[in-house]
Amino acid sequence: MMSGAEIVLQALKDQGVEVIFGYPGGAVLPLYDALFQQNAIRHILVRHEQAAVHAAEGYARSTGKVGVVLVTSGPGATNAVTGLVDALMDSIPVICLTGQVPTHLIGNDAFQEADTTGITRPATKHNYLVKDINKLAGVVHEAFYVAKAGRPGPVVIDLPKDILIGKGPYTEAPQTPHRSYRPQTEPDPAAIRQAVRLLKQAKRPVVYTGGGVINSGPEASRLLTEFVRMTGFPCTNTLMGLGAYPSSDPQFLGMLGMHGTYEANLAMHGCDVMLNIGARFDDRVTGRLNAFAPQSKKIHADIDPSSINKNVAVDVAIVGDAGRVLQALIEAWRADATPQDKPALTEWWRTIDGWRAKDCLRYRQEGSIIKPQHAIRRLYEITRESGRETFITTEVGQHQMWAAQYFGFEKPNHWMTSGGLGTMGYGLPAAMGVQIGHPDALVIDIAGEASILMNIQEMGTLAQYRLPVKIFILNNEYMGMVRQWQELLHGGRYSESYSAALPDFVKLAESFHATGLRAKTVDDLDRVIREMLAIDGPVIADIAVDKEENCFPMIPSGAAHNEMILGPDQEGGVAGVTDEGKVLV
Amino acid sequence: MPDSSETTLRNATIAVLVENEAGILARVVGLFSGRGYNIESLTVAPVDEERRLSRITIVTSGTDMVIEQIKAQLDRLVPVHKVADLTLEGPHLAREMMLIKVVGTGEQRMEALRLADAFRARVVDATTGSLVFEMTGSGDKLDAFIALMQPLGLKEVSRTGVVAIARGAGSLQA
Repeated sequence: MMSGAEIVLQALKDQGVEVIFGYPGGAVLPLYDALFQQNAIRHILVRHEQAAVHAAEGYARSTGKVGVVLVTSGPGATNAVTGLVDALMDSIPVICLTGQVPTHLIGNDAFQEADTTGITRPATKHNYLVKDINKLAGVVHEAFYVAKAGRPGPVVIDLPKDILIGKGPYTEAPQTPHRSYRPQTEPDPAAIRQAVRLLKQAKRPVVYTGGGVINSGPEASRLLTEFVRMTGFPCTNTLMGLGAYPSSDPQFLGMLGMHGTYEANLAMHGCDVMLNIGARFDDRVTGRLNAFAPQSKKIHADIDPSSINKNVAVDVAIVGDAGRVLQALIEAWRADATPQDKPALTEWWRTIDGWRAKDCLRYRQEGSIIKPQHAIRRLYEITRESGRETFITTEVGQHQMWAAQYFGFEKPNHWMTSGGLGTMGYGLPAAMGVQIGHPDALVIDIAGEASILMNIQEMGTLAQYRLPVKIFILNNEYMGMVRQWQELLHGGRYSESYSAALPDFVKLAESFHATGLRAKTVDDLDRVIREMLAIDGPVIADIAVDKEENCFPMIPSGAAHNEMILGPDQEGGVAGVTDEGKVLV
Repeated sequence: MPDSSETTLRNATIAVLVENEAGILARVVGLFSGRGYNIESLTVAPVDEERRLSRITIVTSGTDMVIEQIKAQLDRLVPVHKVADLTLEGPHLAREMMLIKVVGTGEQRMEALRLADAFRARVVDATTGSLVFEMTGSGDKLDAFIALMQPLGLKEVSRTGVVAIARGAGSLQA
């Protein structure tokens, strides 16, 4: 017999857990006491529970393991909710252990009581309230299975204090399949053959992949690259999918969607066969649905059947794991003797190269004011020269889109950003988690001056654990994306989007035992980046950038892919955005 | 032009076999409210004590695409074993039960009893001034009976919602 707290820790160890991100409190004291008495699992003390979840997400996304969070009852659990929804939207496997008041007090409005399973039901893939210590070990093992299996996601285990203190038996992870949850990972061969038949005959094909390829593991990215090269097709990635296909490859069209490249979006609009693997036709990607890829046959492979035919009706549905689907596609492509329409494909590439020639990401760095695009471009080039393994996290807003556009990713799992939920304050704690998983790597949080303040308290965590995370702030003194929309869609009325009363980020860094650097003009930029990389400790680099730069290209809300705006000088601009479009986020 | 699967509404009676555990109904109901789906009727009860299974019957409406979504969303809930679209998968039986209270005397009371007889409603409680009928049937039949009782002293109605099962030898297995 073991105590509930010991059972939890034993189950975590058996699941291969090495680190927990957490914050103590009354209801979880027994677990913290058990943690104190062992050395197998390391605990990272964050400064806010939301950050614990983002750190676990960063850890999970960069290592492929499950991230684990431990928080107390009531406010500990409610503070974690934003992180849980973030992990749900981006399909990140996270286990969140929450303390709870003892079972006999549940429902009595006890001190620090919250209905955690009620609150987190729509915020998680699944959740548990453990009321019987005999089931505790089984629940923890099952939670890991649920977090990882099928489309991954966050799982909450709510642990009343009497359960943590009480004695019960430990059981190992069961070898039998789950009673009810057994997601399909192997694709149906008939659907694969049907897909290959369409792809072989394609005249204007495009491969569009998302986070599902990343979540499947690095092998899926390798298979994607193999498949795209053997077919000669163009490939575009979603924001969540960046790194699955090497950005330097000539067959890569860049990111697609609202701030995607001209060539990626027009290839989507003009294609005759679309192969979507592990992406979900998100509204950021499709633009106006009734004008989305109007002449195309669509093939959609996803591990989550509910993602298929949700927003966009498709012609071929393939349920399965992205890696297994790619393997099957490669085999079926080889087995199918139908010749490709090479002349049509050559013609298609000629059209695409015409779009590419627009050079939609070009910007003009003139004068001394730093263009934010230039800052990212130089950060990318200088880190690449350094040859160090580099992980990038971001906050949310313009800087995030610029990072996606101007920082190239050659490998999966090196790019961590809040895609679905769009959580400002994600990047710094996520970078902590990445750094814990990769102690020797270069981890950079590309941030905005507004977002970074949302979880700035985590500077304390960086200091405590000597995590050498670099925070690269593109400081334009505005909530830039809000300002951009206000400029383009709300008559330039900049309602509450100015970042007034900002801290001195250099002094702020110093007060948290970190180094603060500042670049005011373009002449400072390279020096500051190099200095930042050379420092063996946490750094905030405050980069003063052009305050009114907008993020382009842009598909205005409610517009179609072929109605995108390339830049500020484009005739018409966003004048054509309808009221219907303005309703959209 | 959107095809009919995206515009035409249809009804669906969906049977769901689930683990009989705390919170499962909240998960299902939360799914419908959170994603804006209709619930026209919902019933739930344990059907297999030994294997801890409950059966939920949901009557909903939507386009084909929405109903496919509803089924896929239900199916990916962890404690859900099986989802069946009884409307789509062939002929099925759907029944509802109702208890209905009518208060009145004299000719009104006699008329209520005559109609109940015609509808095969059973008297399950009677006082000198009131009657409670128990009635089973399709929703339409229950609606018709309620309408007839309206002028005869109808006081209160309690309905179970729809339970349904496929005709023939096939069965829904966990």
